[in-house]
Amino acid sequence: MSHVILKAIEKTYPNGYKAIHGVDLEVEDGEFIVLVGPSGCGKSTLLRMVAGLETITDGEVHIAGRKVNELEPSQRDIAMVFQNYALYPHMTVYKNMAYGLKNLGTPKDEIEQRVNDAARLLEIDGLLDRRPKQLSGGQRQRVAMGRAIVRKPTVFLFDEPLSNLDAKLRVQMRLMIKTLQTDLETTTLYVTHDQVEAMTMADRLVVMNDGIAEQIGTPTELYDKPATLFVAGFIGSPAMNFVDSQFAEEGKSVLLNNLNLPVIQKIETDVTEIVLGFRPEHIELNDQGPIELVVDIIENLGVESIIHAHLKDSSISIVVRQTESLIVPKGEIIRAHIPAQKLHFFDKNTGKSLE
Amino acid sequence: MLLKQVHFKSSALPYLLVAPQIIITLIFFIWPASQALFQSLLLEDAFGLSSEFVWLDNFKELFEDEHYINAFGRTLFFSGMVAATSLSFSLVLAAMADRVIKGTGIYRTLLIWPYAVAPVVAGALWVFMFYPTTGIISTTLNSMGYEWNHQLKGDQAMFLVIMAAAWKQVSYNFLFFLAAMQAIPKSLIEAAAIDGASPVKRFWTIIFPLITPTTFFLLVINVVYAFFETFGIIHVVTKGGPAKATEILVYKVFNDGFVGLDLGGSAAQSVILMVVVIALTTFQFKYIERKVEY
Repeated sequence: MSHVILKAIEKTYPNGYKAIHGVDLEVEDGEFIVLVGPSGCGKSTLLRMVAGLETITDGEVHIAGRKVNELEPSQRDIAMVFQNYALYPHMTVYKNMAYGLKNLGTPKDEIEQRVNDAARLLEIDGLLDRRPKQLSGGQRQRVAMGRAIVRKPTVFLFDEPLSNLDAKLRVQMRLMIKTLQTDLETTTLYVTHDQVEAMTMADRLVVMNDGIAEQIGTPTELYDKPATLFVAGFIGSPAMNFVDSQFAEEGKSVLLNNLNLPVIQKIETDVTEIVLGFRPEHIELNDQGPIELVVDIIENLGVESIIHAHLKDSSISIVVRQTESLIVPKGEIIRAHIPAQKLHFFDKNTGKSLE
Repeated sequence: MLLKQVHFKSSALPYLLVAPQIIITLIFFIWPASQALFQSLLLEDAFGLSSEFVWLDNFKELFEDEHYINAFGRTLFFSGMVAATSLSFSLVLAAMADRVIKGTGIYRTLLIWPYAVAPVVAGALWVFMFYPTTGIISTTLNSMGYEWNHQLKGDQAMFLVIMAAAWKQVSYNFLFFLAAMQAIPKSLIEAAAIDGASPVKRFWTIIFPLITPTTFFLLVINVVYAFFETFGIIHVVTKGGPAKATEILVYKVFNDGFVGLDLGGSAAQSVILMVVVIALTTFQFKYIERKVEY
């Protein structure tokens, strides 16, 4: 039985703006779901609707077998970690963590027990008497986590919890959250715009765009078989190369500018205008390769190099990623090859995958 | 700390720029204040024909005067009540306005209006409503069996001036409270909602503690207001009566000086008031300097 179920969720704001256009999602017990998408895609709104901080215009939200549409946030048995942590500035760390339990009427010694346990788990047990102002960003983040876990909720909700931290701390906290979630086995919905966070933490991802869920799947599924042009472009860094194209030879090959690239199997479709996609890391540099690229600039990162180039005799730019450092002068021609199974095809008009 | 300094080429310009403020302070504060200081040491006859230097006799007389001591106590009661009434009313209004989603503009405009009303007009308004024979509220009260006549009953008169003075200050307090409440990050309130706190509990455990600095600031402002700026209201509503029941210190200064023509005594009273206002302002500045910050 799924733990959190969203059925055809819609959200229209009083000013008529429709933020969510019908999202369906079933979250298994203990699953870590990441909602990811660019800003304004509705991912936070969706999370806030699950939390009960936004009203639900249409559709149903079920948590642990109960329909919660009309329930107050406090009755939904959830805990949320906010982007700005939302710690109560006038309370000590201890009181911040105890506040929710106190409101539930938990006995004092049990509160103390649970707060101390959580604090030890998060390694903030030395900070319990401090005020949030006296803590560093990472420590505040931990307190916010602590406030969520002491209540032992059935669902954790995270709203971009790491975006206020510096890069190094973000990696640390990412691991900590993931470890903690795996240990506690609490169902989690996690909102982020950072695809690295999304890919590394999620059991399954929901890629959102303009208020709809473009694709729901495991990180590998999303990477290997993006359902839409948007997902293809959003997942992966540097982003997938897209070239306007057509099928040729009755669907047995596809055009890259004036080159015919064979496809792995014939694709049955009426669509004539397609977008050909291939990831920068799937382009193999090969002296015998059919594709001729003119190098524009190379970003050498040591562990890898990213080549910005364009197709010879055209203005189509292509990004290539190589796992070795490479020094090629600007204007040089390199030859490349793309394995047929690494090609993706999308309907240019609808953006849907044609595979 | 690095201070931003502007350097002027000629030394006359900066003085010229601050001159208007200095001149205004000199003419409207320093000069009358020093006059009052000097006059408080004099004993003058009612016609101003002769005056005698009596050192601190005026002050000594004041502190031995039962009426003055009573007026002092009355003023403390009055300003305490005005501050408490207007602060609590405006706190409730601000808390409600903070939650309003539709028509916020209308509510705010309506609530800010009383502040634009001149004290005398505000006083007149309350007199109209409570006039013993024709006032709409007083006749209603009388018909319900409660005898209202603030022209005869001191406690009713006091109640009336407190209400009038507090009403006028509600807008000011409301604005500050509302601003303070809106400065609280929304996510804090949401976090508290998820933490299971009811709206009332959220108010007392989250919002109210977080606006304490504003509350303290307003408390001082309100006491100063009730001490010094309520002359107009009292003059229109009760003229300090009946039987001096609403004669607060500022009104006594006026009464003793311009009605009773005891210029020296009146000047001594205003010097005492000056000390009070300086003390209150110092207290306030010190407090704001320290800023209760979380």
